Amino acid sequence: MTPLEIRRHAILWAALVALLALTVATSFLRLGFVNLVLNLGIAIAKAAIVLIFFMRLGRESRAAQLAAGAGVLWLMLLVGLSLADFARRN
Amino acid sequence: MSAPAANGAARGGASYLTDGMTLWSWLSTHDHKRIAILYALAITVFFFVGGAAATLMRIELATPQADLVSADTYNRLFTMHGVIMVWLFLIPSIPATLGNFLVPLMIGARDLALPRLNLASWYLYVVGGAITLAALLLGGVDTGWTFYTPFSTLFSNSHVMAALVGIFVTGFSSILTGLNFIVTIHTRRAPGMTWFRLPLFVWAHYATSVILVLATPVLAMTLVLLGIERVARIGIFDPALGGDPLLFQHLFWFYSHPAVYIMVLPAMGIVSEIIACFARNPIFGYRSMAYAMIAIAVVGFLVWGHHLFVAGQSVYASMIFSLLSFVVAVPSAIKVFNWTATLYKGTVSFEAPMLYALGFIGLFMLGGMAGLFLAALALDVHLSDTYFVVAHFHYIMVGGSVSAYLGGIHFWWPKITGRSYPAAWGGFAAILLFFSFNFTFFPQYLLGMAGMPRRYHEYAAEFQGLNVLSSAGAVILAAGYLMPLVYLTWSLRRGPRSPANPWHATGLEWTVPSPPPTANFADPPTVTEAPYAYPVQAHSRGLPRPPASRLPRTP
Amino acid sequence: MWVFIASEVLFFGVLFFAYLIARLRFPDAFSAASRRTNLTLGTLNTAILLTSSVSMALGVQAIRVRRREAAAGLLAVTAGLGIAFLAVKGVEYRDDYRQALFPGGAFAFAAPLRSGAELFFWLYLTMTGVHAVHLAIGVALVGGAAIRTARSKVAIRFLLFVECAGLYWHFVDLVWIFLYPCLYLVSRS
Repeated sequence: MTPLEIRRHAILWAALVALLALTVATSFLRLGFVNLVLNLGIAIAKAAIVLIFFMRLGRESRAAQLAAGAGVLWLMLLVGLSLADFARRN
Repeated sequence: MSAPAANGAARGGASYLTDGMTLWSWLSTHDHKRIAILYALAITVFFFVGGAAATLMRIELATPQADLVSADTYNRLFTMHGVIMVWLFLIPSIPATLGNFLVPLMIGARDLALPRLNLASWYLYVVGGAITLAALLLGGVDTGWTFYTPFSTLFSNSHVMAALVGIFVTGFSSILTGLNFIVTIHTRRAPGMTWFRLPLFVWAHYATSVILVLATPVLAMTLVLLGIERVARIGIFDPALGGDPLLFQHLFWFYSHPAVYIMVLPAMGIVSEIIACFARNPIFGYRSMAYAMIAIAVVGFLVWGHHLFVAGQSVYASMIFSLLSFVVAVPSAIKVFNWTATLYKGTVSFEAPMLYALGFIGLFMLGGMAGLFLAALALDVHLSDTYFVVAHFHYIMVGGSVSAYLGGIHFWWPKITGRSYPAAWGGFAAILLFFSFNFTFFPQYLLGMAGMPRRYHEYAAEFQGLNVLSSAGAVILAAGYLMPLVYLTWSLRRGPRSPANPWHATGLEWTVPSPPPTANFADPPTVTEAPYAYPVQAHSRGLPRPPASRLPRTP
Repeated sequence: MWVFIASEVLFFGVLFFAYLIARLRFPDAFSAASRRTNLTLGTLNTAILLTSSVSMALGVQAIRVRRREAAAGLLAVTAGLGIAFLAVKGVEYRDDYRQALFPGGAFAFAAPLRSGAELFFWLYLTMTGVHAVHLAIGVALVGGAAIRTARSKVAIRFLLFVECAGLYWHFVDLVWIFLYPCLYLVSRS
């Protein structure tokens, strides 16, 4: 709880809010497919901030990292393999 | 002879069975051993309710006409059988009873990492189970255990919602159990108990827990969506409203296929323990066994699409899922070969647990091979929704999981209760169950090949011969399942007291008195050797010498 | 705790997956329906939740260095922001209802967009509803932690509990981070 830490969290907060503003602003531009990419990209960036700095995933034990990775990986397996069906169906 | 026992009791505390005798001391216990017993009582009730439904179905099927029950009643019967056996018996059977009891003992821990959560999961299970049972018995549900849409959302007038709520609650109990095992195995291992010194039973439960934690939430949320669709008539899954019924099937089988591995992986763990003990040999290929279990848990998640081959899934996806389904057979085969190799040059004795374990290997192999038939795309078109499928999964779930569960119960019964059961009855029941099982289900393979569809209460007259065989077998099977119930209950009061290590097995659970004290270990154990250090040198461990027939042959 | 979070990822994952399939099926209806969501309140709520994650992280940090009072205050702020979020969400639901955005009966969209839009709003209600339930649990956990920290002499005793509550809180925030573009920003231009 040093002033340094408070400043660090203030910067992180500013970054999160800036990203939020950016995603709202760009969503009003007519960019077509790029809108989707930007929205998701910004969401992932915000998620990364929360994961790395708030949840301290980098400093967690290997087992915890494995668990977090498994959650995401399994979701991708579910979506990926199902899309093999949905994308190719007649 | 009483001195060591008294000493053990004094140092380790009273046996967990006598530590508090009131009902409340059981219902509020945090002891993993007592919670295991609570689970065992509950699942035994469910097993016999589900079994009764199955027996009724088989009696109806003895003749081609509908003479015992109506079509509607029959639908409710097979739904009741499926729902109870899958969610209320098989899923929790081994992990929640034997796993709960043995995992902490085997890794040298005092208890699970989260004992209160363990008790909470039992209460969730009982509440969920009671809701489900009430829905099935009082109202009845006619959708089959799979709840396929749009029948379950639009057309069925039965008590689908109540059953969904019950299964949803039970699902949380599964997640909590899996979570507890993972945390326990990571953090509560005794000094020296490295990952590759863990008994395979523990590895099996680790792999199972991964599935429980990662698959069950998908089922839970799918059931929520199903419930919303049923109440609000929206079209997530309903094609008439623009939804996609295959989405439900994808999500459902993403849970329900791995669920098969929830049932069979712990069974494999039990069989590994039993085979090593009664062959007096270390497990052949220990590491490959551990890796194979993890591989089954992971690859088992990638094959769910083989349930959708004839449901309108794209051929492209079917090809991928077919290929992956063949892949999952590889680690399973590794295990069968390793068990067989463990028997090689072993000093094999045929106690009741060993009979169950050997039965498991044979039946699991027959069921697994039939699975390869079904994984083949072209053949599946013919066999899908016939009795071949019914026979296939009963070989895995009943021939495999239930055999192993009973084997495990017979193996650890002296440890759990401190009493021995009559060995002759144990052996007789095991053999009777093996034969009556095959008597019941092998004809169903043939019926399926001949094209008899499943889930009908009537059938064409030409199928009657094999159906009579199957029904006769089912009646013997049902009687066979009652036998262990009778003699095991008898042994609780009348059975001779059992020593700490009646089978001369390795493993930390055999180093504590039978039944174990509440605190498990008087002194925290330290592990210095790999598991399965067979043949056990009886005299070097201060144990009474086993009868000559069971001693390893020495050159 | 991370194992639990992995489980939760799959739990919410199903909803996102159902959303994806439905959106692929009804791209136009989803665009039209998403435009009717309340962007102002949605964005406000996103900001509230992001801020609460910052205060939560600071609160956990405070308890680690045994600044008990600061920790209790920060945890209380976090729980308060959670309540604010739920209140805003309640107002938003009320407005949606008044604009006939709740499916069934009089619905704001007519055919051919109707079935797709209904699906969108059902998913919207389910996803935000499940998220709100999670957040309410989070408020209870963090609020409880704040009270216990304020009353206790030794803050460090709750470190594990507070850390777990913190992870849970951040996870609920993560879910919202992805819900927000999926529900509010599909097609604003």
